[in-house]
Amino acid sequence: MALPLNYSLRNALVRWRSTIATVLGIALVVFVFVLLQSLAAGIEKSSSNTGDPRNIMVVRKGSTAESASLISRQTLTEIRYFEEIARNENGEPIISADVLVLASLPRRDGSGEANVLLRGVTARGLELRPQVKISEGRWFEAGKREIVVSAKLAKRFANFDIGQSFKTGSATFTVVGWLEGGGSAFDSECWLDADECLSTFERDMYSSFLIQPSDEGAGEKLIARIEADRRFKLKAEKEVEYYRKQTMTAAPIKWLGGFLAVMMSVGAVFAAMNTMYAAVGARTREIGTLRVLGFRRRSVVAALLLEGGLLALVGGVLGCAIAFYWNGYTTATMGMETFSEIVFEFRVTPKLVVEGLVFAFIVGLIGTLFPAIRAARLPVILALKSI
Amino acid sequence: MSANIVTIRSLSKIYQQGDINVTALDKISLDIASGEFLSLMGPSGSGKSTLLHIIAGIDRPTKGECRVQGIDVAKLNESQLADWRNQNVGFVFQTFNLIPVLTAYENVELPLLLTRMNRAERRKQVETALEIVGLADRAKHLPKQLSGGQEQRVAIARALVTDPALVVADEPTGNLDSHSAQEVLGVLRTLSHDAGKTVIMVTHDPKAAAFGSRQIHLEKGELSK
Repeated sequence: MALPLNYSLRNALVRWRSTIATVLGIALVVFVFVLLQSLAAGIEKSSSNTGDPRNIMVVRKGSTAESASLISRQTLTEIRYFEEIARNENGEPIISADVLVLASLPRRDGSGEANVLLRGVTARGLELRPQVKISEGRWFEAGKREIVVSAKLAKRFANFDIGQSFKTGSATFTVVGWLEGGGSAFDSECWLDADECLSTFERDMYSSFLIQPSDEGAGEKLIARIEADRRFKLKAEKEVEYYRKQTMTAAPIKWLGGFLAVMMSVGAVFAAMNTMYAAVGARTREIGTLRVLGFRRRSVVAALLLEGGLLALVGGVLGCAIAFYWNGYTTATMGMETFSEIVFEFRVTPKLVVEGLVFAFIVGLIGTLFPAIRAARLPVILALKSI
Repeated sequence: MSANIVTIRSLSKIYQQGDINVTALDKISLDIASGEFLSLMGPSGSGKSTLLHIIAGIDRPTKGECRVQGIDVAKLNESQLADWRNQNVGFVFQTFNLIPVLTAYENVELPLLLTRMNRAERRKQVETALEIVGLADRAKHLPKQLSGGQEQRVAIARALVTDPALVVADEPTGNLDSHSAQEVLGVLRTLSHDAGKTVIMVTHDPKAAAFGSRQIHLEKGELSK
């Protein structure tokens, strides 16, 4: 039979100073763990929000990202007449040939320059990405040196207000609108006319094709056909699949989060251990009394573990609550795939909260285990004689 | 007197202190009758507490036999001993040994948590035990809210709540003023006289020992009279 829950709870409350110190220590560890993992979750979410499950993305074989891919105009001419590609009401194939270019632009706060991803798109490109909308201003006009920037990037870069201009490549572009990518990777891009992009940056190759197949079966056929044709040397896959793989940026953050959490948890384990050793030391005679009354060693160990686990859980809840304060907060980092600024939100997901709480509980249990075992192993007679 | 509840034969307890063997109890033989109130006296270090602890199953003899209700206590393993103590022995300590974070009621209820009793049955037992020691109105008080005498009476209620045949008390009045000591000794005597419990009490105090139906003295680990 276990000792009553009241026993563990009230003991934790009685020595409230050390209880608070332990709770805060564990809260800090859980906060760092959850916050860093929420960064990674935000980056992953940004990638997974991007793409339409029907669309097919085509890049050069071997390229890890659109920005590192080059596809000739000749290839576009050949592919656009494939019968697997859907056509709009005018009979035109729904295929967008995009040009991606990195431009180094000054930050709004004057802290230097950072890379921004510019996407040259055609009218088809806008149709294929209906989740991208204009939040202020208007879309660029084909043939003009106009650009639409992400509203989130606009807060971070100089000259990104509507009506302002900036020079990049061999031309000066005027910002005519702000786009909203709906939490997708497009929130980290600036869009302009594909032909203007090609000429400004003296490019004669596209970066990627985005294609809408006529139906799902046609999509599968199209992927097989493009991949099999040795002339193209292209890689075709579903757009959502392509973006799902673009989560390399999250990997080092996740790793850092895990590493820091492990390092800090060692400290937290010792803090919990210190608290519980002190708690057990002060209660040696009490534990002896419980044993005399008939409570077995395992009951004593269980009660102490519960006490340590409860403290840690409270710390875990506190840590998660503090981390949740940042939920939805927008920040940016350099993308590992494109080396451009990518904007994303902290996402404290329910899974992360559960992981944080489990992590805290385990830290509490490990920190309590040794003091608890030591207390339970002490011979009853010695425990009773303890002052 | 009825049959013996405790039978001790050639009982010895030798402690190892470094290279030296210290004999705490030396070949003691003793019978304690059921319902007896035995006062165990002797100077410090005479072995009286050691004898009490062996009888109560919280220490083990080096040699000899200690049977309580026919059971050789020394032969039980740790888990069996824990169960045996819970069912057969009530403990009263000099320093009361109440759990400070639990109320008087919860302290008395503790040994019952190890039985199969349901909540209602436990409540009835606890209330009866607290009434016997005259503290029914202090059930919700924490130990720190009670006087020393009241704390010791709560400890006695905890000792008798499982209805054990044997109650052992180690210097139960050692930390009490004379008035509280009289109250506690009165309760112990009532347990023996009226409830038929066997009470074994270790004490330095001759006045306290006088409450017992029999007194025995230990001197350097041996019975002196």
